[in-house]
Amino acid sequence: MTIFEFFLWSLLKVAVVTVVMLLGVAYTVLLERKLVGRIQNRWGPSRVGPFGLLQTLVDGAKLFLKEDLIPTAVYRPLYLLAPIIALGCALISIGVVPFGEPNVGPAGMHLFEISDVNIGLLVILGITSIGVYGIALAGWSSNNKYSLLGALRSSAQLISYELALGLSLVGVVLRAGSLNLRVIVEQQATQGILTWNIFGGMQFVAFFIYLMAAYAETNRSPFDLPEAESELTGGYHTEYSSMKFAMFFMAEYANMITVGCVATLLFLGGWTSFFGDLIPPPQNIFIHAFLPLFWFVLKVFCFLFLFIWVRGTLPRFRYDQLMNFGWRYLMPLAILNIVGTSLWLAYR
Amino acid sequence: MHLILFFVFAGFCVAGAINLLLQSHPISSALSLIVVMTSLAVLYLLLGAEFLAAAQVIVYAGAIMVLFTFVVMLLNAGREERTMGSRTARKVGFPAVVAILAVIATVILRAQGLGVAGLRDGITSTTDLSKVLFTELLLPFEVTSVLILIAILGAVALASHGDGNPHGNRDPYGNPERTAGK
Repeated sequence: MTIFEFFLWSLLKVAVVTVVMLLGVAYTVLLERKLVGRIQNRWGPSRVGPFGLLQTLVDGAKLFLKEDLIPTAVYRPLYLLAPIIALGCALISIGVVPFGEPNVGPAGMHLFEISDVNIGLLVILGITSIGVYGIALAGWSSNNKYSLLGALRSSAQLISYELALGLSLVGVVLRAGSLNLRVIVEQQATQGILTWNIFGGMQFVAFFIYLMAAYAETNRSPFDLPEAESELTGGYHTEYSSMKFAMFFMAEYANMITVGCVATLLFLGGWTSFFGDLIPPPQNIFIHAFLPLFWFVLKVFCFLFLFIWVRGTLPRFRYDQLMNFGWRYLMPLAILNIVGTSLWLAYR
Repeated sequence: MHLILFFVFAGFCVAGAINLLLQSHPISSALSLIVVMTSLAVLYLLLGAEFLAAAQVIVYAGAIMVLFTFVVMLLNAGREERTMGSRTARKVGFPAVVAILAVIATVILRAQGLGVAGLRDGITSTTDLSKVLFTELLLPFEVTSVLILIAILGAVALASHGDGNPHGNRDPYGNPERTAGK
């Protein structure tokens, strides 16, 4: 494959994935509104289009047309840069996520993955850790006490939970012996659901820690203190309006999807079915290509459903409870999980 | 291709470092330092050290610099006053810098058997790196980890004595976090 073909294919994949991701973000918002509506015994959006399906498009148009206010006392360069950092980092990390069967399409070409990186997992962690600056700078540059408090809370929370998140993934990496996301998935596929890391791999403790840390990392309820409406009005995005606000909003949901993708890849067997390699792959090339994609999307959907369910059910943590939980329970538990997994692998 | 990327990111790195010194606002300086850190990560990647590059981004750009910006935000540090520097600093400082650079350059140029690191396509895999780290370099590696552990213990000891509350934790809720910030 020439460099020109490679460039063209990559461009195509980036375009398709970005469009699908943004559509996914839009419809996750709708899903959340519908589901939380049902949980609270009301209908949710139901007027625009069948079942309210066009609601998000109308919302997007509305946000585009709103007046874009920039308060006078903000520190302009950072105020303008912050939403770009937030959304950029949220969208970039999907670039190393493999969605489907690697062995279809042109030779030497992973059709369902933008780039196959040896250290894919570390790349995702690195980009997520850069994403904090979006929120931190937004809060600081807004020159508003609520924004600043929200940003401080958010940075402290993200630093604390990033540790537990990273440590919870070590057990999975130990089992696979690789940081490559494709290898981690293929290692889980051998006996279907029995070899998924969450069941056969005995990583359910790690999955629990990952789940908790993921709620905190995406600023989702019950850890949504950075934007706690009742105490901080809007938290770090109080002073943002129009598309800049929408960018933060999109970043939050894109992060949710990425976190769901990572959970699917690391714990739930990625694109493989419940039977893994136990049943032979289908003969039809199209089924062979798109069935794994279906499994992947289904798993990510279940994860998003869980996120929204939790949001509709649990009240918010208090700040000291949040810090206590992260440092005193999750972190030691994650370290114990690493020690346990290493011992198990050594004496197996 | 490698050479072009090297010059672009080396340029970013130097520009970020100079900007770090010239900016009068602490947060702009911190952001310039992030640019330096991330460009260094790209340079590591060009040398084939992928794990080091990722660790550089996660640890330095992601964790340590977040802590820096966090402190700047917490103290709400304002714009620094610009002084033209003292005359002694100028008279002694520049020759001192030149002398130190000369010493370092001589030592590096004289040293033998440092090995070569070229810009290349090859990548040192994480497995190779960990093998070297846990066989040849085991002692320095473990000594460093003990050093870090001692530093953590020292920080905790200093922080727990520094709250001006000699009778231990008197917080009605029993949450040490509440007293730690006072």
